[in-house]
Amino acid sequence: MASAGSTTLGDILTIAWKEWKEYLIQRGNLRGGVVGLAIVLGVFGIMVPYQSGAGWVEQPLSIVYWAWLPLFMVIGVIADSFAGERERHTLEALLATRLTDRAILLGKVFAAAIYGWGFTLLAVTLGLITVNLAHGQGRLLMYPPLVAIAIAFVGLLAALLAAAAGVLVSLRAKSVRQAAQTLSIAVMILLFVPVFGIQALPPEVQARLLSTGASLSAEGLAVGAVVLLLVVDAVLLATAMARFQRSRLLAG
Amino acid sequence: MSEWAIECSGLSRSFGSVRACEELSLRVRAGSVFGFLGPNGAGKTTTIHLLLGLLEPSAGNATVLGHDIRTAADQVRLRTGALLQNAGLYDRLTAEDNLEFYGRIWRLPTAERRTRIRELLEHVGLWERRNDLVSTWSGGMRQKLGVVRALLHRPALVFLDEPTAGLDPMAAAALREDLAALSEQEGITVFLTTHNLSEAERLCHQVAVIRQGRLVAIGSPDELRRQRSAPRLEIVGSGFGDSVLEGLRARPEVVAVKLAGDRLVIDVRAGAESAPLVGQVVAAGASVEEVTRPRASLEDVFLTLMEESNG
Repeated sequence: MASAGSTTLGDILTIAWKEWKEYLIQRGNLRGGVVGLAIVLGVFGIMVPYQSGAGWVEQPLSIVYWAWLPLFMVIGVIADSFAGERERHTLEALLATRLTDRAILLGKVFAAAIYGWGFTLLAVTLGLITVNLAHGQGRLLMYPPLVAIAIAFVGLLAALLAAAAGVLVSLRAKSVRQAAQTLSIAVMILLFVPVFGIQALPPEVQARLLSTGASLSAEGLAVGAVVLLLVVDAVLLATAMARFQRSRLLAG
Repeated sequence: MSEWAIECSGLSRSFGSVRACEELSLRVRAGSVFGFLGPNGAGKTTTIHLLLGLLEPSAGNATVLGHDIRTAADQVRLRTGALLQNAGLYDRLTAEDNLEFYGRIWRLPTAERRTRIRELLEHVGLWERRNDLVSTWSGGMRQKLGVVRALLHRPALVFLDEPTAGLDPMAAAALREDLAALSEQEGITVFLTTHNLSEAERLCHQVAVIRQGRLVAIGSPDELRRQRSAPRLEIVGSGFGDSVLEGLRARPEVVAVKLAGDRLVIDVRAGAESAPLVGQVVAAGASVEEVTRPRASLEDVFLTLMEESNG
């Protein structure tokens, strides 16, 4: 007999299998879904790197871009996770199965995070190919090893962050539209508040922040980002698991 | 295995001040088809949610297939199947993918899963349409697929919440036929909620009637008819004058007499014989063409029960 752990992993993969199928068919058919993804991939994996030139792989700032992309991809699908099931009346049937609360929740988070991260890795690879073909001039353009590792880790953790936060919002939202709106506002706050917040600071504080930032090593920044994301992801996942209860979902 | 698939005692659930299920006590025999009847909002769906462990009872207890719904709800859901009020099918997936998903949830091995999906879809005549998106299907086809999904993992007990609601009569009849054949073939216990009384009469070995969360009657359709309806005699003919009616009303075994066109309707006490009454009518000068002892339908019983519980 399978252990509880392997059963849960199998159940998580079962939920993810269904979610991925639905992601691809969400525009009505498989072809529409694949074409839609190919367009997004073309923009972020080919067009933007092509326009950026060799600096695309030489500047460590690209980590920010590759952290933002999975966030963007996950937000596009995660609003539907529970709000959509409730709206289309499929949640009740799913809750009446043998699946544990944890397997259902983690399955949804896992599916969205892997979807966003996988898409990002694909875009990273395409970007590298594009930059080398267009701007390589006979030499291999490659991310520094630390940046490459940071892209992979930060991408995964950013995808997890969006998935865990998205599931929390979707659990409580009355409709997919409401969940999507809430998540869009959250992402805008996340992106714009630091930018405008720094600009609103007095010039001497801005200068001090910049000099502190410049004095930090790339390794330190990468490790700090990973640790911060890990902590936030863990807190969000734990909160989502505490909030996800069958009886609450049906009685509510 | 226990004789009873479901046993509940004093099961109650309130939502704020609304009592959706109140001190429900009943037993469902393993292997039977049990009908749970009641008007809209009577508490049928809440009862199913309680029995599946999807809602916590406010009071009382219940066991389903020997498992306590409070402490072993996961075991209950492991051994049961359900088609709830909404079929809960994924419109964006094909019929086969819907079943594939649930087959994986129930951990059916790949080969068995494929065989089982084919067997059930062929049984309900949907195998050829397996690659269609469910969104393109009619209501009847979707409900059939919902039943197939509920039976996929060979559960010992299946809950069906108004499976024929919203279907046209042809689709409902086809689904009923499939349901009866499948439940007999699979040897499972069926807990069926419905407000279609002819459906309950045709399918169920036992029925319970619920109103405003309270159980008002339980028994086989025959038992309920016997208990709840006055025996009746109907005489078709002519010459049913006042003297005929007065003469009948004077008899101790007669409860009520009324004339409806050329039909004389006589409600009698249990055990009353027909022959003396017919003899009296003929002796009074009436002409008799046909005499029947109609049985009350489950619908009559249901309406009587609803009136009684209103009063």
